[in-house]
Amino acid sequence: MSTIYSLFILLFFSTSTEDYKVSSKIETITLEQLQAKTIHPDNDTLYIVNFWATWCGPCVAELPYFEQAAKIPTGKKMKILLINLDFLSEKEKVIAFTAKKKLQNDVYMLNAGDPNMWINQIDTNWDGAIPVTVFYKSGKKVFFHEGDLTQAELDEKIQNHLTN
Amino acid sequence: MKKLVIFLAVIFLCASFIKDGGYQVGDKAIDFTLKNIDDKTYSLADQKNAKGFIVVFTCNHCPYAVKYEDRIIALNNKYAKLGYPVVAINPNDATAYPDDNFANMKKRAKSKSFTFPYLVDDSQEIAKTYGASKTPHVFVLQKVNNDLIVKYIGAIDDNTDDASAVKVKYVEQAVDELLAGKPVVITSTKAIGCGIKWKQ
Repeated sequence: MSTIYSLFILLFFSTSTEDYKVSSKIETITLEQLQAKTIHPDNDTLYIVNFWATWCGPCVAELPYFEQAAKIPTGKKMKILLINLDFLSEKEKVIAFTAKKKLQNDVYMLNAGDPNMWINQIDTNWDGAIPVTVFYKSGKKVFFHEGDLTQAELDEKIQNHLTN
Repeated sequence: MKKLVIFLAVIFLCASFIKDGGYQVGDKAIDFTLKNIDDKTYSLADQKNAKGFIVVFTCNHCPYAVKYEDRIIALNNKYAKLGYPVVAINPNDATAYPDDNFANMKKRAKSKSFTFPYLVDDSQEIAKTYGASKTPHVFVLQKVNNDLIVKYIGAIDDNTDDASAVKVKYVEQAVDELLAGKPVVITSTKAIGCGIKWKQ
């Protein structure tokens, strides 16, 4: 019993300290899986999806804004998904990058095949340049933005969609 | 007078909006005179024997452009002799990406033995007029009488990462159809790429 108790204490403290999840692997996600995660008609969680790549300067520059946004106590439900578009053959690079940047938001590498087939399914106005940020709420796309965002812009958009 | 000013302002706004959109398939493309890596200028009008062009906006630094280098060379090797040479244009702001400056373009062309012109769009006007947004971004043009008509806009093929796993070669398909005198079936595709770095 005491072992279980100390294990519990240990778990409690290890998660409450600055215990970064430095992952040695990274999951891939298909478009269908991404949609299943973000498009829920019957729940009011705000899903924030950011498409990025390690080779994209503006993307890398705005990643900390998403990390910061995740820390804001909103009192409402919000989930941030960082969808990486590096080449699947360069997975190791992405693992090393996310570890180095200590990314706390969920990171997935998109495995969706020909972009000509899936870009339009995210948004028909998107021509394929990144970064791109999309919000989903109650089963609907409520915000689409091509290009980078400042911390202030991101925070404002989040607040708007959390209160609406 | 006030109404006229508003009217003109609206027209101007619409015009600038259309310009930002770039070309659609079927539009007439403008010719250009740009500096090549051999320090000479190059323009499409000088290519008397060409039936059209495979214009590729590309650059040195972008991993997507690098992935496609060999395939761009292969396109030129296959289609230049059939009348559709590759014309590569680097539109990036070299101040933001020194990798993309003229000296580095020369180096890259030499090390990869480019068989096609590699031009610098220093003012970025051609990229803007065509509506290129990323690298690589392809525009297949066909000479019709004295005009250059846009026949295809988009990606080279459907798999950037792995050339051996490509299922559809979009550019080849379009040029093959033009050479056969057929209409192009897939006239535009979307692709991920490195956004063109515009000058401030």
